[in-house]
Amino acid sequence: MSKELTSSLDLASLPPEEKECLLRVGIELSGEGRGGTYLQFDQEVFQYQSWQEGLEVLSLAQARRLYPWVEDYLGRLLPEARPEDPEARGYFVRVLPGVEVHHPVQSSLFIAREGTRQEVHNLVIVEEGASLKLITGCASGACVRRGQHIGITETFIKRGGKLTFTMIHRWGEEVESTPQGAVWVEEGGTYIYNYICLSGAKKLVTNPSTYLAGAGAVVRSQSILLAPPGTSMDVGSRVYLRASDTKAELISRAITTGGEIVSRGLLVGEVAGVRGHLECHGLMLTPQGRILAVPELEARTANVELSHEAAVGKVAEEAVEYLMARGLDEEEALAVIVRGFLNVRIEGLPPALQEEIDRIIKVSAAGV
Amino acid sequence: MQPLLVLEDLSVAVGERLVLRDINLVINPGETHVLFGPNGSGKTTLLGTIMGFSRYRVVKGRILFRGEDITSLPVDQRAVKGIGLAFQRPPSLRGVLLRDLVRRLKQDGVALERMAEELKLSEFLDREVNYGFSGGELKRSELLQLLAQNPSLVMLDEPESGVDVENMALIGKVVNYLLEKEPAPWDPRSLREVRRSRTKGGLIITHTGYILNYVEADVGHVLFQGKLCCSGNPRELFSCIQKVGYTECIRCMNLNGGCFCV
Repeated sequence: MSKELTSSLDLASLPPEEKECLLRVGIELSGEGRGGTYLQFDQEVFQYQSWQEGLEVLSLAQARRLYPWVEDYLGRLLPEARPEDPEARGYFVRVLPGVEVHHPVQSSLFIAREGTRQEVHNLVIVEEGASLKLITGCASGACVRRGQHIGITETFIKRGGKLTFTMIHRWGEEVESTPQGAVWVEEGGTYIYNYICLSGAKKLVTNPSTYLAGAGAVVRSQSILLAPPGTSMDVGSRVYLRASDTKAELISRAITTGGEIVSRGLLVGEVAGVRGHLECHGLMLTPQGRILAVPELEARTANVELSHEAAVGKVAEEAVEYLMARGLDEEEALAVIVRGFLNVRIEGLPPALQEEIDRIIKVSAAGV
Repeated sequence: MQPLLVLEDLSVAVGERLVLRDINLVINPGETHVLFGPNGSGKTTLLGTIMGFSRYRVVKGRILFRGEDITSLPVDQRAVKGIGLAFQRPPSLRGVLLRDLVRRLKQDGVALERMAEELKLSEFLDREVNYGFSGGELKRSELLQLLAQNPSLVMLDEPESGVDVENMALIGKVVNYLLEKEPAPWDPRSLREVRRSRTKGGLIITHTGYILNYVEADVGHVLFQGKLCCSGNPRELFSCIQKVGYTECIRCMNLNGGCFCV
């Protein structure tokens, strides 16, 4: 199930600043501490490999060659996005029934050359009772300003399966990124989705859908957004609770230092006995910038329990002075508050990324 | 002896409204003062002004701390110099763990656990600061932070509000540690040593007077409509207020040029 491709690219010869870019989106090039890896640079599939029995990590094209049934999955959730080209790029990750993947699997979609248009279609299947942590790091190289990333991911979590999907984006300032996704969760399945984008993208639009299709299925989604000047983000999450006892929790934290953020959330209660909560908090660190919080709740039957909580504003003066009364200077006080604001406890966050988050918080708090 | 705190002719405005007028107060090292006064008389404003909060604007007079004019010093520098305040209604800090905050104030992790245990807050260390805390828990969390901060001037804004009887004794005990009236369990000094070398001062706002049952105070003051009207023995002053009420207390003072009702 593993394969290293020969390629014009060579990991060892990758410039250190490019490696750094990958580290910052959670990609360990050595593969250390990872259960599997998929690396794609621009439109070139560079490496895919699995280090655990019962875990398959392939390129989508290879998976289509090996398993004819893959075709049944493609476009099932997003018919309009079905990739007709058999060589369409993207990754395929599948965990066989009952298998618990111990280490996170990483996949990287990297824009290495100026002006690249990167298009991928990914397929993730967590079979019955299996569990997986997947980190997808999408980034552009140190020298890249301009580029386009169009990623489509279809995800299936079968009965009792569990997937933690952490997507980290880090783009050059002129990059446009429009990832789309849809997730199908069967009975008793759990889907945990973390989305982190702390750096510029000229335009970022993503609003994946999750269908809680089986009884007792659960989704928990957390997004952390930081928009510097010149960036525009329109990020959301939609959840359709269509089976009894399903549960959804969507949390979003948006910070602007001058950019524009639209933070969306939609919960649709389609049957009775479902529960969902939406939390949308925005922080304006500078007088410039704009945050629009759009929490939406839709009940299609009585007897659903859907709620939301949204708050947008600047850091409370009272909280800053409270910390200053404890001896922290203003900058430290702000940093503590902002870090707290972003502290939504993301499981299995790589240390390099944690450092990056801390660095950004420090910089943005200092700039207030 | 250099006074710990001196307020000289201090007048303070909030927005355009004058809230405190011509306040004069001296707190010497080792002294504990108590501040009485009806709601809205300016007690919290006085403590907030000493701490330096931006919404309290000093329009006249000055504040001296250990002889140094701190009237225009920012809040954090006053804290670093040794002024500490337990808030009446502290804000909650989402995502900030109490443990992390207290650790910032005091590096010594062992003592931190010990202090939290003393205040029955061990389980609260891993919770968000003040978020979802009950009235009594808020007060204890404030005292924990002050213990870690270890200020020379301890200001407490209604340490007893929302606290049940059992926890009142606990709060009284910890306030005595803060004011060097009793050695804390982690303090190697004896009771006598602590009292003899006491330099800390206290300024405590109380409504109910319960704190007086646990903490020995030296001087009491009545703040009424933004003015310090009378001073005296805190217990006597408090029983007078309880008997005749603030208005009568002040009227008596105006008639006699001092408080003679006790």
